[in-house]
Amino acid sequence: MAKVELRGVRKRFGPKVVLDGIDLSIAPGESLVVIGGSGTGKSVMIKCVLGILRPDEGEIFVDGKDVTKLHGDAHDTVLRKFGMLFQGAALFDSLPVWENVAFGLIQGRGMARKQAKDIATEKLAKVGLGPEVAALWPSELSGGMQKRVGLARAIAADPEIIFFDEPTTGLDPIMADVINDLIVSTVKDLGVTTLSITHDMASARKISARIAMIHKGRIVWEGPTADIDNSGNPFVDQFIHGRAQGPIQMEIRS
Amino acid sequence: MNLLAPIGRVFLTFLAQTGRLVLFMLSALLNCVRPPIYWQLIGQQMLRIGYFSLPVVGLTAFFTGGALALQIYVGGNRFGAESVVPNIVVLGITRELGPVIAGLMVAGRVAAAIAAEIGTMRVTEQIDALTTLSTNPMKYLVVPRLVAAVVTLPLLVLVADAIGVFGGYVISTSSLGFNGAVYIKNTMDFVTDGDVRSGVIKVAVFGFIIALMGCYNGFHSRGGAQGVGAATTNAVVTSSILILAANYFLTSILFSR
Repeated sequence: MAKVELRGVRKRFGPKVVLDGIDLSIAPGESLVVIGGSGTGKSVMIKCVLGILRPDEGEIFVDGKDVTKLHGDAHDTVLRKFGMLFQGAALFDSLPVWENVAFGLIQGRGMARKQAKDIATEKLAKVGLGPEVAALWPSELSGGMQKRVGLARAIAADPEIIFFDEPTTGLDPIMADVINDLIVSTVKDLGVTTLSITHDMASARKISARIAMIHKGRIVWEGPTADIDNSGNPFVDQFIHGRAQGPIQMEIRS
Repeated sequence: MNLLAPIGRVFLTFLAQTGRLVLFMLSALLNCVRPPIYWQLIGQQMLRIGYFSLPVVGLTAFFTGGALALQIYVGGNRFGAESVVPNIVVLGITRELGPVIAGLMVAGRVAAAIAAEIGTMRVTEQIDALTTLSTNPMKYLVVPRLVAAVVTLPLLVLVADAIGVFGGYVISTSSLGFNGAVYIKNTMDFVTDGDVRSGVIKVAVFGFIIALMGCYNGFHSRGGAQGVGAATTNAVVTSSILILAANYFLTSILFSR
């Protein structure tokens, strides 16, 4: 059984169709990367799975349960299986680093602060940050460090599925590779299922076992990462080579 | 027909906005009574909304009380009734100016701060992050601010009443030739519990309006720094207008008491 499965998911904002019938399936323990240009619906897709947005049509199964039909406590239970690393890290700037990491444990699960702090320190060590960082504020950290804290927060509650939203965007190539390595090693350590969205091909190749390409709200290609260079798909070819000419035209309005 | 289309569009947008606001309000009220309640956050917000507004509200109340005394003296002088100054000052402050001044000052200070903070959290995806960490943003962000505003504004207005009356007292005794003891006696004999109570009820409603408009505009902000700026402006403008409108209707209801 697939860990996460989307069937015919559609979502529109006013007249603008963002997701136009997405079918996607992620096996347990698999690392899938969805590539695609800006404004093709990648983030909206992830937010639909997390229940932050409600799809207009279609079904989303997590461990065989249709999450689009769950509400309240039942939905919260499913949500606990997820960890998410946001594009801008989305750290709470009113809380110090360790409380950011421990947030889901303290607020979401009612764990004692002392115990949660120990876990936070341990998770920070996992992403290569020493205990001295724990007391800093998010605004004192560089972009790369914020991403690391975001990663520590995503894995704090031992999720079964982790979503990465553009994990390397806005980082220099070296820091981007450090984050890629961290993702690969944490995923291997924890044995989790991951879904990442990115338009950074170097990152996509490194952190995925399988790649799917989204264009205009539909999956236009999917296959093993090794096959990406000879996909025979004009959309994929244009995207991975970064050509201005091809079947993908620039969207002027988001 | 082309002339009617834009009018209809504006009207439909207005209806949609009002509907969204009412749904937001109902959801917020529902979350006020369902656990978990974040007591610590309510305490924090009470400090930020109530306590830190004391200087602003106190200063404006003092000057308003002083100006009120001068105006009533001028008006009373025209038909030889200067002695009503203490009576009218305390009535005007407790029933009308205390709550309205406190409401408007807090609207400028707090509605803007709430909208900017929550708006920034929205555009940097911090609100989405709350959801993924099994925390309801309504309960974590909106409920503490609503509760804190409704609880602390009445306390704030009691302080404003006292300082406003004191402002009138200072001006009356220093430049209008009133005797201090007589002024205070006239004030205390004249004011009733009902006067103070009507002001307190009004300002509690204003507090609800301020927190609601701040949270609502912040929650629905979009599009980066500009969006947060627009949300902040909207929060102050809409809460100020709603306060003055609500003030009229509440006064007309509470008038007889």
